[in-house]
Amino acid sequence: MATLRDIRRRIVSVRNTRQITRAMKVVAASRLRRSQESIFNARPYANQMMVLLESLAGRLEQQQHPLLARRPEKKILLVVVTADRGLCGAFNANLLRTAQNYIREHRQREVSLITVGRKGRDFFRKRPVTMAAEYVNIFRQLEFAHAKELADKIIELYTSEKVDAVDFVYNEFKSMMSQNVKLERYLPIEPLVPPEGEYLTDYIYEQAPAQILKTLLPRYVEIEVFRSLLESQAAELAARMTAMEAATNNADELIESLRLKLNRLRQAGITKEIIEVVSGAQALEY
Amino acid sequence: MADILPAYIHLEIVTPDHKIAEEEVDEVSIPGREGYLGVLPGHAPLITELQTGPLEYRQNDSRHYVAVHWGFAEVLPDRVIVLAEIAERGEDIDVERAENKRKRVEEYLKSHPESDPETVKARDDLRRAICRLETARQVRA
Repeated sequence: MATLRDIRRRIVSVRNTRQITRAMKVVAASRLRRSQESIFNARPYANQMMVLLESLAGRLEQQQHPLLARRPEKKILLVVVTADRGLCGAFNANLLRTAQNYIREHRQREVSLITVGRKGRDFFRKRPVTMAAEYVNIFRQLEFAHAKELADKIIELYTSEKVDAVDFVYNEFKSMMSQNVKLERYLPIEPLVPPEGEYLTDYIYEQAPAQILKTLLPRYVEIEVFRSLLESQAAELAARMTAMEAATNNADELIESLRLKLNRLRQAGITKEIIEVVSGAQALEY
Repeated sequence: MADILPAYIHLEIVTPDHKIAEEEVDEVSIPGREGYLGVLPGHAPLITELQTGPLEYRQNDSRHYVAVHWGFAEVLPDRVIVLAEIAERGEDIDVERAENKRKRVEEYLKSHPESDPETVKARDDLRRAICRLETARQVRA
């Protein structure tokens, strides 16, 4: 049977935890705002690049580039984008499950991994998989340079034929309440589709279109990688916010029920004392 | 092509991280791969790669400088869109840091062989540092 003191102590402890979860929620919320801003800021560049690529695709009779080359897929690289930290609901677990399923499905082929985020690294370190590279601690201060480094790495692995395809698995930021695990092929790049219908602008090309394509495609990979990292970061923060919100609410409820229990117990003690006093006095009268 | 030439150029400079500039300007000078391109309103549509160098634009009588490192520019009669990997306004450049970098890289290049892949990278760094210094210098001039 819990004593009054035990319950009081428990309330204090839950209250302290609530303070932490509430602070984490506020921090996640404010970082999420910044993260969403980054996604928004990255959009003009990405859109403009798409426009350029499409107009180039319309210009070239045949697209030839090492990053467009298709080979029989014997060796596949999977890039797993998780968070660096936990306490964000099922964010990491969902993603890692998808990654494991992927590995199981591609058992006949050689699958190697690149993990982004500490959680993914720690998870796969204990398992029999080939790690090509790992990136940790980049989400605290995510910059384009990080995406560039990762993109250069996968491009290098692909062009040197160490791998024949590169897939990405990451959490997409759908809304505050929901994240979506996404599996996407990043290399080889899908052949570009020229825009439908008549193309309006007749550009002068300072360099030959093929030359521009050659320098543009690696940038395209970089921006795609950057986008998925930004998405994952926003999704992580949203997941953490939701998880911490739920934790704070649970703490509220727990405190409420503990307080009820405490008051009941206190009242029971008082009633008991009164009965003792009254019955003691009555015993003296006779 | 419109009969009347547009009076201004709508200039947009974007990098993967953010938008550096979005302004109505009178004249833009772009560091193209094959050399500088002066763009006035009504220029024919054009696409070019950029090289590392200061980009200059004029608004009435004020001139602005932006250091750009690698990228593309799309020129349309009434618009110029610059996609740069890195872009910094001249006013925001940390001159001291660029100067230090330049010295460091020059030292490095003196003591290292030509063909080393690291040397290629160092050379890019040097180009960037010089471009930053140049841009900052022009702002002050």
